[in-house]
Amino acid sequence: MEYQFPLSLVVGIFIGGAAGNLGSLMLSRRMALVAGPLGHLTLHGIALALIYGFDVSSGAFPFVIFGIVLIWLFEMRTKLSMEALTAVVFASGVAITFLFLPMDQAEAALVGDISRVRLAEAIISVVAAFLLFLVVHNIYPKIVLVNISEELAKSEEINIKKYNLIYLGCTAIIVALGVKMVGGLLTAALVAMSASAARNLGRNLAQYAFGAMIIGIISSFLGVLFFRLSGFPAGPLIIVASTLIFLISLIFRR
Amino acid sequence: MGNEIILKVRNLNVRLDYQSIIENLYFEVKKGEVLTILGPNGAGKSVLLKTLLGLLPCKGEIEWAKGIKIGYVPQRLPFIKDIPINIRDFFKLKHSSEKEAKEILNSVGYREDFLQKKIGDQSSGQFQRILIAWGLLGNPQVLLFDEPTTGVDISGEETIYKLPAELKEERDLTILLVTHDLSVVYKFSTDVLCLNKHPICHGPPQEVLTPESLRTLYAGEVKYYQHQH
Repeated sequence: MEYQFPLSLVVGIFIGGAAGNLGSLMLSRRMALVAGPLGHLTLHGIALALIYGFDVSSGAFPFVIFGIVLIWLFEMRTKLSMEALTAVVFASGVAITFLFLPMDQAEAALVGDISRVRLAEAIISVVAAFLLFLVVHNIYPKIVLVNISEELAKSEEINIKKYNLIYLGCTAIIVALGVKMVGGLLTAALVAMSASAARNLGRNLAQYAFGAMIIGIISSFLGVLFFRLSGFPAGPLIIVASTLIFLISLIFRR
Repeated sequence: MGNEIILKVRNLNVRLDYQSIIENLYFEVKKGEVLTILGPNGAGKSVLLKTLLGLLPCKGEIEWAKGIKIGYVPQRLPFIKDIPINIRDFFKLKHSSEKEAKEILNSVGYREDFLQKKIGDQSSGQFQRILIAWGLLGNPQVLLFDEPTTGVDISGEETIYKLPAELKEERDLTILLVTHDLSVVYKFSTDVLCLNKHPICHGPPQEVLTPESLRTLYAGEVKYYQHQH
């Protein structure tokens, strides 16, 4: 289809930008890697979507919600570190998925496939990514203060539970959108890489937040473009592009 | 110092994780007072400050004067250096205007162009001044300090304690200060509250800090270091 490439490009740009923007919040909370196990948990949903032929993000979303509840419960009940929870959720997510995921669909589940995005899916993704950007922009200062110190945030009468809930909801949406683009394996990289590069370059919050968004947009643009030129899967190419930007940011680190 | 009472605490009890941290605490704070909360490590001093701010659950009565504005200077903020944030951004998190941010920065001894400095690049002493400035944003009448010299070198400590004393005169502040440093009490306080889970003494330091009260205050700490062979 003639419009498939620009459609993939637009979806990639919107999701990449929103992921970078939210990633800057996640990184400041040392939670960027949480997107990893959540992404892995969505593999079940992606597998179902691929088997029954519906939108990958719709399949992934309920599993992300399940993952968030699971991590929250594990953390409350076991007091295990985030690294240990990551290992538990990661291992179970991948193992169960491969019990029933057809191997010919494995690549799309693991590293995404934005090249097959349909018009309706694209519109939903673009609208969701744009709304996500607006919500993140709105809660950004409050979450930054919570990330700096919950006590300080409470002393400023910020309702921490409310903002944490909105923040987790945003994380769930970006993971569900991200798996469409980079698959279950690379979701953590999608949110963390642009934000890490922006942290190297930014000297204030605006440069950090918008820098992460712009780097997310550029990485997605380059990834989808090189997919068109080379035929390699777009998901890994997006992450390779953001890794290169991260390496360049190390030279100009401020 | 006026006679107007701005804080009344009656029968305050705080339990955290099934452990009693503060028991049966009564005290009052008058306008213009510099009250130091003194006690050994683990005595419940910081918990008291957080309870007064409404950050922790408690039993008993805490009554602040109506409409009073409280500024809080936390002990330290270890995670702030993970975020590329400058001083202007940090102050904006408290909804401060550019004009107010510049004024406050001047009053803690920094030039206006300091606003664009990255917080992660500041020394512990500089950062502590920035935290004091944060506490002063919004023009509070009461300032609560939690161990303000944690992580500051000895030469910087004196400056950090002098600053609120100077600001008190300038801004007509009432100050509640947590410390375990006895020298601070004599130099900067009008009153002292000795706390080691229970209240041990309360009043002007010259009157209530007797060898007897200090022995009782720090007795709890001594037993942690006893060697048993």
